[in-house]
Amino acid sequence: MSSAARERRILEIVQGTRARPARFRDDQITMAHGAGGKASQSLIEGLLLPALANDALAILGDAGIVSVNGAGLALTTDSFVVRPIRFPGGSIGELAVNGTVNDLAVSGARPLALTLSLVLEEGLPAEELQAEVEAIARAAEQAGVQVVAGDTKVVERGHADSMYVCTTGLGILDPRSHVSPDGLEVGDRIIVSGAIGEHGMAVMLAREEFSLEARISSDTRSVWPAVDALLQAAGADLHCMRDPTRGGVASALNELARSSAVAAVVSEADVPVAPAVLGAGELLGIDPMYVANEGKLIAFVAPASADAALEALRGVPGGEAAAVIGEDVQEPPGMVLVETAFGGRRVMDVLAGDPLPRIC
Amino acid sequence: MRFVDEFRDAGLGRALAEEIRALIEPGRTYKLMEVCGGHTHTIYRYGIDDLLPGGVELVHGPGCPVCVLPMGRVDLAIAIAHESGVIMTCFGDMLRVPGSRGSLLDAKARGADVRIVYSPLDALGIARANPDREVVFFAIGFETTAPSTALTLRRARADGIENFSCVCNHVTIVPPLQALLESPDLQIDGFVGPGHVATVVGGRPFEFIPAEHGRPFVISGFEPVDVLQSIQMLIAQLAGGRCEVENQYRRVVSWEGNPRALEVMGEVFEVRDDFEWRGLGFIPRSALRLSGSYERLDAERRFDVVAARVADPPACQCGDVLRGAIKPWECRVFGTACTPEKPIGTCMVSPEGACAAYYNYGRYAREGALV
Repeated sequence: MSSAARERRILEIVQGTRARPARFRDDQITMAHGAGGKASQSLIEGLLLPALANDALAILGDAGIVSVNGAGLALTTDSFVVRPIRFPGGSIGELAVNGTVNDLAVSGARPLALTLSLVLEEGLPAEELQAEVEAIARAAEQAGVQVVAGDTKVVERGHADSMYVCTTGLGILDPRSHVSPDGLEVGDRIIVSGAIGEHGMAVMLAREEFSLEARISSDTRSVWPAVDALLQAAGADLHCMRDPTRGGVASALNELARSSAVAAVVSEADVPVAPAVLGAGELLGIDPMYVANEGKLIAFVAPASADAALEALRGVPGGEAAAVIGEDVQEPPGMVLVETAFGGRRVMDVLAGDPLPRIC
Repeated sequence: MRFVDEFRDAGLGRALAEEIRALIEPGRTYKLMEVCGGHTHTIYRYGIDDLLPGGVELVHGPGCPVCVLPMGRVDLAIAIAHESGVIMTCFGDMLRVPGSRGSLLDAKARGADVRIVYSPLDALGIARANPDREVVFFAIGFETTAPSTALTLRRARADGIENFSCVCNHVTIVPPLQALLESPDLQIDGFVGPGHVATVVGGRPFEFIPAEHGRPFVISGFEPVDVLQSIQMLIAQLAGGRCEVENQYRRVVSWEGNPRALEVMGEVFEVRDDFEWRGLGFIPRSALRLSGSYERLDAERRFDVVAARVADPPACQCGDVLRGAIKPWECRVFGTACTPEKPIGTCMVSPEGACAAYYNYGRYAREGALV
């Protein structure tokens, strides 16, 4: 076999491995399983999906869709364990509301109601808890949802990191929506609703593990207004949406390209990133494409409606920087490619674990 | 970003690629080694291979600090991390490097207190904040990171911080280059030199490479335009029959290096007689340890653990990759048994490792190879 043929053969093996469902073969849980990369993928595809198999779950949407007497209900749940619990631009309470509301919204469902479950660490100052409960109430009001049920538990000091918040959200499918995680089509324009990487970078800096100060605030907010505007502008031409939280835009694009068996090609120069995020990422060696967002969405829109969709997004508060960042193509299916600002092309894969700063 | 954008200018890049094309002799191949992992990362990240004419081949060198760390040192870190009362601190890259019985990330999951730091001073800060714990910094890297470890140790000693110590794995770049140049199967025509190391050591230590081994050497920056310009300078030397050390990274690197950094390194460290490099075996006088007056801060002496030598996994060909003898994809386990999720070799772990860079960034566009 010639050298070029061998190289091609090896790349085909790598591509084949990427396309197959991940297997769960680890003997213990490490932090990598929570990072939204390949280790998380192996946990979900290798352990949870096979055990709980059903059609609503198998599609791996941000919310599961349940049909009740002809009405499509969207159901989703999320746990929030962020440290520190307060950071520039928000706190765990707001995240817990917006995160769950956003999972409903990008599934094409109008958020209706939430449940709230609090796991509190012994010794948590009442003042901090009160502040978070108020933040939850405020965020719920802004997002137009009510907290209709809840639970509280207290664990011994050291068994939780001040507080964990779990929310479950119920929404009703919007009749205008035709979105699905496997709905990507060749030719679709890929749109992001604003500058990326702000939430994750704000939290990383708030941990004060780096001696680095930058004015970066979390982007936490409900994306329902953006979804509403997109549904109005693009209707059935809106093929898919996702909120790129943990793992960032790169991981979300990879998941969707895989489930739709198309390739996503992103033009790096077109991706909106705030200069402070870009600068912090540059210093830390972290690519903003892999950093979490909490108030942004990625939309896949047929070319005919792309301009209208972009205009609609830009009219929504927080959507001013919305941009078309790429498009879906046929080959190679399941992959995400980046056209670098430098004129080269490369694969943008899912990370194995947390994005780790480079050291030299 | 100001001061960076111009070094990522695609137009400039293409102009340099044209110059390279004009300089090369038809039919001749040019094998150039980029010594530093940072360059490997840039090359894949920006698709620099795509811009180069067919005859120019880039070979990855031994300059990735995580990649060259042998398994025995990881085992040592894990053994110390499991000692009672210890907080083990290290750079994030280190966490997933496999030892013979798992990685530091696995040790953390089993209960060891392992924390990521971004500078050795952060580790010292943890020691100050936890006076009842033993805080150990697992130091890795070439001359690039050694000065900051040295400054931290000097500070710790001056401030009388008793609960801080360091496992020193610092290595130096010249000995492995020497070993490489002396190997009989060497097929390298020139070197893209390590810019960050050179900010510390300057240009002089590399003069033996053109003088004794007849290979041109260009100290290079890390932006894509830097790397392309360095390649252009190497090809220009080869085309013009010149052979010398040139400095492309003048905006940062001075010929004399950084005397203050060298001074503190000289005070805190001494050269080890021998050190094992992953895949390259033992290289004499290629690494640093704490000097006598810093003995008390040396974790290898403070803790009763022995750094045992562990053979590299037989299937792993990291050594061949690090010597530039094979391309990542030519390794017998690349992409099959060894992947970024389940790495066997160190080159698959760090984003600067040749195998991880190749695996993650791939090369889809080159002459429509797979598209």
